[in-house]
Amino acid sequence: MWAFLHKLASPKHFYRITGAWIPWLGAATAALLIAGLYLGLWIAPTDYQQGDSYRIIFVHVPAAWMSLFIYVFMAVAGGIGLIWNIKMADIMAAGSAPIGASFTFLALATGSIWGKPMWGTWWVWDARLTSELILLFLYLGYIALQAAIEDPRIAARAGAILAIVGSVNIPIIHYSVEWWNTLHQGPTVTRFDKPAMHISMLWPLLLMALAFQLYFFTVLLLRARSELLWRERRSRWVQELFGNSDKPNLSKSQEATP
Amino acid sequence: MLNSPLLAFWAVLRRDLVLAYRHRGELANPMLFFLMIVSLYPLGISPEPDILRIIAPGVVWIAALLAALFSLENLFRNDFQDGTLEQLLLSPHPLAVLILAKVLAHWLVSGLPMLLLAPLLGLLLDLPAAGQWALIETLALGTPLLSLIGAIGTALTVGLQRGGVLLTLLVMPLYIPVLIFATNAVTAATVGMPISGQLYFLASLLALALTLVPIALAAAVRISLS
Repeated sequence: MWAFLHKLASPKHFYRITGAWIPWLGAATAALLIAGLYLGLWIAPTDYQQGDSYRIIFVHVPAAWMSLFIYVFMAVAGGIGLIWNIKMADIMAAGSAPIGASFTFLALATGSIWGKPMWGTWWVWDARLTSELILLFLYLGYIALQAAIEDPRIAARAGAILAIVGSVNIPIIHYSVEWWNTLHQGPTVTRFDKPAMHISMLWPLLLMALAFQLYFFTVLLLRARSELLWRERRSRWVQELFGNSDKPNLSKSQEATP
Repeated sequence: MLNSPLLAFWAVLRRDLVLAYRHRGELANPMLFFLMIVSLYPLGISPEPDILRIIAPGVVWIAALLAALFSLENLFRNDFQDGTLEQLLLSPHPLAVLILAKVLAHWLVSGLPMLLLAPLLGLLLDLPAAGQWALIETLALGTPLLSLIGAIGTALTVGLQRGGVLLTLLVMPLYIPVLIFATNAVTAATVGMPISGQLYFLASLLALALTLVPIALAAAVRISLS
């Protein structure tokens, strides 16, 4: 196990190993997504209160879960990069931020589309909505900080500090807005006793959640691999992989400069 | 030499206070900014006392947030440019202690005056006496939090060219819990409800920030100087 993780932490092996994973991950994501959408949109029964419009839950709730999961993932990866100086952890943390921001945006957008028929308004300053919006701001701040710092080493470390501070703040924000004002419906799945949802609705939801999770890892690996190639473009293994295509360009630019 | 980190803390605090005192003109700027934002609200929304009383907690607190950000921008900038920050890093004393002294100095010259201005603002916005007290209490607990949390953002952006807007983007989301509890307390106090819950919450946030933020700050300064 440790030997495998060590191998994974080295850029060259990471590139090789994850290259083999990606088709499988992608296929599993597609299969789960199709199964979840089919069960959710066709098989699951109509809700007695909300009619068919509740079906947006199959996108909305998994997206909201992912938005929180990815922030924690980012903070943990950043912390690992900060403590053990692992390059791959830095790349993972930086690569997951835009995906997390997109999921946050998706959760907000689907929530507002759901809110219009249910509450009669696109947006209310409700606790959950507000804390999700602040989460989006946290993601955007992280991305802006990453973009502002040239050196990827320093950008990764600064981003890690911000992500860790932000992750301390997330539960505080969550509860502060919760106590401040609330309209959103209570949790239906993550209750300690029996879920308040019928099993035929719960299944598609869990399938969709798993599909989103796999989608995140697929896209993250793709992003990490391309980022890795860019950062390691001068190293021998990348040059060997692409048949030294960098060389002629280099010599051309050297000719151009007098 | 047992208490030498404490001596270093005092030395940094004294130095920053003396520096602030030598630039008295600049010292007043955040305060004027604070007063001006508050006075824009009656002009922009309505001079009706009934409306002012309702929006007063939010107005004062948002102005405090902006004034804190405005004054935080320069917390490390001069020291970064003239190399003082590097010297602090090289000193044998723990960096977290030295930087905490700088943050305390910042609060003394920016947060404390806001606290002293609060009764005047309450008067201008027609807050009842209970609300006045709540405003002072929340500012007393909240402005040190603003200095501490904002300092992290400042430390992370000190080496950058255009740090100002970025600083706002980084720090504002982190300020939101302070804003919510503080304005909630003032609003509750104006209608005669107890506010000890919100005050305890602000106090516990302050305790948490006082213990954890110096560590993050020291790490952030090290990163910005690397």
